[in-house]
Amino acid sequence: MGTLLEVEDLTVWLATRNGPRKAVDGLSFRVDSGEVFGIAGESGSGKTMTAMALLGLLPHAARTTGRAVFEGRDLLSMRPRELRDVRGRSIAMVSQDPSTSLHPMLSIETQVTEHMRHHLGIGKSEARGRAVELLSTVRIPDPERALRAHPAQFSGGMRQRIAIAVALACEPRLLLADEPTTALDVTVQAGILRLLHRLRLERDLAVVVITHDLGVMSAVADRICVMYGGRTAEVGPRETVLTHPRHPYTRGLLDALPHPEGGAATLRPIPGSPPSLGAVPEGCPFHPRCAFAVDSCREERPEPALVGSDHRVACPPDPLGDTLGDTA
Amino acid sequence: MSSAKPKSGTSGAGRRSARPGGVLLRFLARRLAAALLLCVGITLVAFTLTQLVPGDPAAANLGQQAIGDPAAVAAFRAKYGLDQPLPVQYLTYIGNVAQGNLGMSQQSHRPVAEDLAEFVPATIELALFAIVVSLVVGVALGVVAAVNRDRWPDQVLRVVSLGGVSMPTFWVALVAFYLLSFKFDLLPGTGRLDPVMSPPPYTTGFYSVDAALAGQWDVMWSALGHLVLPSMVLAVYTVGMLMRFSRASVLEILGNDYVRAARAKGLPERVVIVRHVLRPAMVAIITVAGVAFGSLLSGAVLVEKIFSWPGVGQYAYRSAVNLDLPGIMGVSIVVAAVYIIINLVVDLLYGVIDPRIRLS
Repeated sequence: MGTLLEVEDLTVWLATRNGPRKAVDGLSFRVDSGEVFGIAGESGSGKTMTAMALLGLLPHAARTTGRAVFEGRDLLSMRPRELRDVRGRSIAMVSQDPSTSLHPMLSIETQVTEHMRHHLGIGKSEARGRAVELLSTVRIPDPERALRAHPAQFSGGMRQRIAIAVALACEPRLLLADEPTTALDVTVQAGILRLLHRLRLERDLAVVVITHDLGVMSAVADRICVMYGGRTAEVGPRETVLTHPRHPYTRGLLDALPHPEGGAATLRPIPGSPPSLGAVPEGCPFHPRCAFAVDSCREERPEPALVGSDHRVACPPDPLGDTLGDTA
Repeated sequence: MSSAKPKSGTSGAGRRSARPGGVLLRFLARRLAAALLLCVGITLVAFTLTQLVPGDPAAANLGQQAIGDPAAVAAFRAKYGLDQPLPVQYLTYIGNVAQGNLGMSQQSHRPVAEDLAEFVPATIELALFAIVVSLVVGVALGVVAAVNRDRWPDQVLRVVSLGGVSMPTFWVALVAFYLLSFKFDLLPGTGRLDPVMSPPPYTTGFYSVDAALAGQWDVMWSALGHLVLPSMVLAVYTVGMLMRFSRASVLEILGNDYVRAARAKGLPERVVIVRHVLRPAMVAIITVAGVAFGSLLSGAVLVEKIFSWPGVGQYAYRSAVNLDLPGIMGVSIVVAAVYIIINLVVDLLYGVIDPRIRLS
């Protein structure tokens, strides 16, 4: 598996009333072709802004620095026109809520085929044929008829399947799925996750799943990046990160999850709330909420350091390193 | 709604879209029935209003001498049915209206229907021309302003639209007339045709269309030329208004997820704006345009006066000052009917633009 996307030191500045503020601060990660890479974090941690930055869809006044090399070319320094040829063609997006991301007034056929015809230069009937195939791939019953329908005529889960079909239309190499199951019922969620898993195997598709839900992560991701305050807290293989977390924040997130065997008593919320834009503390952004914080955490900005096989943690005191032991 | 197989949980794809024609017809029938009911209501209101107006038609229409003669007054009342009880008067009236008989104008001494057939198309031709120009120019500029939000094109256009809605129409009319017609002689100023021409054979009452139908090209060009100045003057206000609404509407739509999704598909910005943004924005714009068209019809009175345009505004004015009741009622009914038709068209356009309206 080669590297498909290499993000280095990505920083996103958003314009606020009080001047530019960092929404993403020096983020680095890589996505291998054909893998599912998860980006986890609370709302406001910069997950969505990361995806938007990669697609060049940030709000107007936003600025980025750093590099995001995709198939040998830096997405962040591309001209708008070049980036438009990558968007929808090589990198596609599935967003959180299909009831707002599908156009309410355009037919399914238009929405599945318009970018296919634009990027691949194919005719109406060929595009239509491919659309029928795509819809059956994502398990939409009676695809022929579905093409003539409009989004309002489908349930939420079906709409998300259609949104995935739209994303897959030009056979992209990378799919950015931003909270793809958050707006859906739990029963429907599993179906969508299975679909993503199957598509990735069938199509050698790399998927970046962005979610606040570690349950979703554990179901699909090969590797996980945990973000906090616009920065990487911990990144590594799923098993390692979820079973032997080395960053207190990851640990906190896992403790806040309900365990089937534990019941409600084991739920331990993280005290405090995540920093808002422009109010990220000096030093380690997590230190005000961290039970293990020492003096140096308040001053030094921790960089992710290798602690095991492909496992990086941005926590120099490493309070969990000894107590839990690491697989590496 | 009726013969539906139950929507089966997760899949409910487009049962209705299989027969779009039927859905649209039913939609149309519902709207038409409502419109008809409204028309009857309007005749009632028009009739009642004329009864409430102070003033005696006999006094207004008979000469000084005849007023003094009770026999003449009685004869006048008997001739126009004014001696009958009110409900009878109304039923007689509505029966006549249904047959297209709007009565005799007491002022022109011609059937009101004939008068209106001449005056109403003149105004509608003018207003249609103005609204089409306003829509094209206003929406285009509104989109430009929205897309360039807070940059210089937006700032410039904000001043333009403010000017458009702020300048009084009669003033614009006078200035435009003086500069473009009188001083520099760029455009014909008054009337519907060059004085040397005679009107084309009557088909629609729109001179430009009738002339084209009759193959009288010089008459058609003259008719179109005469339309330009008054319709431009009328359009100044509606352009300003539609521009502001289009800008606001487009900005609102631009914030939607589906616009970001369209951009994420790598579509050219032009396609994103026209297909994904303008279409939903048109719902609000068309609502405003319908209202604007109505205001064009009534706002035309001043413009018709200044440009000597023989339209329904002038006719209504003459009927009113002469207390010509059949004329007033005829104008009310026709203008109301035009409003109803506009609303019907707007409703239908909603259905065309937004499938969810058709399907609900």
